[in-house]
Amino acid sequence: MRLARVVGNVVATVKNPALDGKKILICKHVGAGGRPEGRAFLALDSIGAGWGELVYYVRGKEAAFPFLPDEVPSDATIVAIVDSWEA
Amino acid sequence: MILARVVGRVVATQKDRSHAGAKILQLQPIDPEGRDAGEPFLAFDGVDAGPGDRVLVTLDGWSASWTIRRPGAAVDAAVIGVVDTVELA
Repeated sequence: MRLARVVGNVVATVKNPALDGKKILICKHVGAGGRPEGRAFLALDSIGAGWGELVYYVRGKEAAFPFLPDEVPSDATIVAIVDSWEA
Repeated sequence: MILARVVGRVVATQKDRSHAGAKILQLQPIDPEGRDAGEPFLAFDGVDAGPGDRVLVTLDGWSASWTIRRPGAAVDAAVIGVVDTVELA
């Protein structure tokens, strides 16, 4: 998993039916101090995350697990909204 | 598996139910000499590691989910050991 900041969202009308009703969020990894940095990537939301929030996401096949038994195609899924982060 | 150093801790209330009760650590990957090697990431803690500890980490999701006895949890990394020593030939 990695920390990320939600910086936007994507809307797609034509898509895999399993993605209906799912939020596709644009995220950036966070560096020291919690600032977004690097290249943006997309992650599916499973937890109700939104714009500006600090989150962590899971990668790989486990990214589909939060939606089971629905088989949702995702390789990055936001699984938590971070309350606090001590570095 | 890889070596890493514990650099932080993350607390989240609103999260996937498979993460309930899990301790989440922020880790810095390191090489055997202890130098930073890559970007920090998060992992479940299966061994009660603490800040600054050098740890052994699995990057396999299935193994990671077993560290908190929750097979199939939405997790991709877990701390599975605290390293005492590293010897290089």
